[in-house]
Amino acid sequence: MNSTVPHTHGKVSAADVNAARLRRARLQEQIRRSKLERRLVTPEGAAIHLKLATASERAGAFMIDVAIQWAIVIATALGLSFAMMAMDSGSANVAWAVWLVFYFFVRNFYYIFFELGAKAATPGKRALGIRVTSRSGGRLTANSVLARNFIREIEVGLPFQFLMMGGDRVSGWMALLGLVWSGIFLLFPIFNKDKMRVGDLIAGTWVIRSPKTKLMGDISSSAATTTQDRFAFTPQQADAYGIHELHVLEDVLRQSTQDVKAQVALRIRAKIGWRAQPGETDIAFLEAYYAALRRRLEQRMIFGDRKTDKFDTR
Amino acid sequence: MSDLLKSYRFREEREADWRKLDLILTRAENSGVKALTDDEMTALPRLYRQAVSSLSVARSISLDQNVTAYLESLCTRAYFFVYGARTSIGERMMDFLRRDWPSCVASAVGPTLLAALFLFGGWALAFFLCMQDMEWFWTFHGQSFFDGRNPDATVEYLRSTIYTEEGEINDGQLTSFSSYLFNNNAQIALFAFALGFAFGIPTAWLLVYNGVMMGSLHAVFWQKGLGYEFTGWLMIHGTTELFAIVLAGAAGFVIGGAVAFPGQLTRLNSARRAGQKAATMAMGCVIMLIIAALLEGFGRQLINSDVIRYIVAFSILGLWFSYFYLPRKVETA
Repeated sequence: MNSTVPHTHGKVSAADVNAARLRRARLQEQIRRSKLERRLVTPEGAAIHLKLATASERAGAFMIDVAIQWAIVIATALGLSFAMMAMDSGSANVAWAVWLVFYFFVRNFYYIFFELGAKAATPGKRALGIRVTSRSGGRLTANSVLARNFIREIEVGLPFQFLMMGGDRVSGWMALLGLVWSGIFLLFPIFNKDKMRVGDLIAGTWVIRSPKTKLMGDISSSAATTTQDRFAFTPQQADAYGIHELHVLEDVLRQSTQDVKAQVALRIRAKIGWRAQPGETDIAFLEAYYAALRRRLEQRMIFGDRKTDKFDTR
Repeated sequence: MSDLLKSYRFREEREADWRKLDLILTRAENSGVKALTDDEMTALPRLYRQAVSSLSVARSISLDQNVTAYLESLCTRAYFFVYGARTSIGERMMDFLRRDWPSCVASAVGPTLLAALFLFGGWALAFFLCMQDMEWFWTFHGQSFFDGRNPDATVEYLRSTIYTEEGEINDGQLTSFSSYLFNNNAQIALFAFALGFAFGIPTAWLLVYNGVMMGSLHAVFWQKGLGYEFTGWLMIHGTTELFAIVLAGAAGFVIGGAVAFPGQLTRLNSARRAGQKAATMAMGCVIMLIIAALLEGFGRQLINSDVIRYIVAFSILGLWFSYFYLPRKVETA
């Protein structure tokens, strides 16, 4: 791949330097993201790319789950105390007993209950679009789900206990030492490339992203039907950009505001030297150019030639 | 229409099938496998294979980001559904009770003996130290009093704590006390399991500590001539409860051993294999502790005869042993 920026003889403009810097940052980001990608080869021999959930996504899901757990526990406590008031006070002990057992099960079996389901994800994980799967790609067994969640006791419970210990000088130091020791378990996911908790390691699982993507209309189809031959781009014009720019253009067409689209249209016209015809809208131009660019790039790709971006000139 | 892109035509031909697969998966994820009709079930494998092949074609011919991302997520979902476990919770529970749990326990006899050694070693140590010199009791317990069950208590008081007088029974208190103990013990059991990951050392400490607590208390009663009675009081649920704690400790040692001494396997593989076995044992401990709590809350308070207490204690222990260790017919699944 050609990574140097083409420039005119002798002088390098500030814009070129900036573009090269941005490009390097983008490529680095790509490498960082590809480090979180794992290939799963299905028994049919096809490869599926799984993306591991990041540590921050995991933490976010966990916080949502903890909030839900507390909501359940507190709501039950309130409900029971109201029920007790309605009846007589003698049932206080029974209510307390019921609540205590309930608390234990919410604390330990909330995650297990949801992860054993078809979605293999707790509500918190679902909210962030992540799920648990087996590392080997096989089925997620009940034993794995049990193992990964019982281990949570040392990852969260242990640091919390040391945190609560505190006290005078000697026990304070002990608590600090314990906190550091147990902190290793808590921060374990940050320090391994697979973002595994200790529980994941023991259970043979990991957590992947499983976003539900919607299939949207193909932009090139509307371009082809509405504006057949008003836009005839030359091969040089269709070669001005690469795959990265095509994808950015796709995002712009699908998501951006009118304002952004107008600006993008302006810059593309300037770059390829296109003179706007009378009555030509920005959208129509962008869609037509998208179709032309994609056609050109896909043709080259079929011949084994991936033009990664506009700097990739071969 | 020759002007259409190749990748667009490719998509147009297959889109209906992708959407059909999407619909089936959404339904299955939301309301379970049972919501699917027979037609859908038979169509599923074909649609899945088609989607997977579409994905690999799309990767090489299409530059439509949305299409490849969609297929990637569709195939991932389909893969996990097609190759995922489809047994119901009920079936999984039956498997657990009939096969998994006893076989895991039976295959961990070594760690179980080790855990028992730590628990009862601590017990015996504390017991004999306290028998020689009761000052040890205060060393072990500090200011926690076990409800006044300490060396300064009178024989009458101690006796009253192990027998329930007629008319003294208060259902509310019984249940709340036993549920508190269940909560406490079950949390300790899970803790003992989880701590196994640190090479089992904290697990051993936890077992010895609990043994010392019980052993010193045992000595208090023994010295006042209530040894036989106290043992009966303890054993009626204790055979189940202590067995559960020993097994939880054993589960911890299974993991600790696998992490420390992986043998031929990689450390990661060894941990994984042991983790599944140990988790099954830990789950079993929770069940045993529920039973122990029931025995403790009701059985102990309602049965006040020493002989019957011993009979109940040992017959339940016998049941556990035969459930775990008696050889059973191997099912060919």
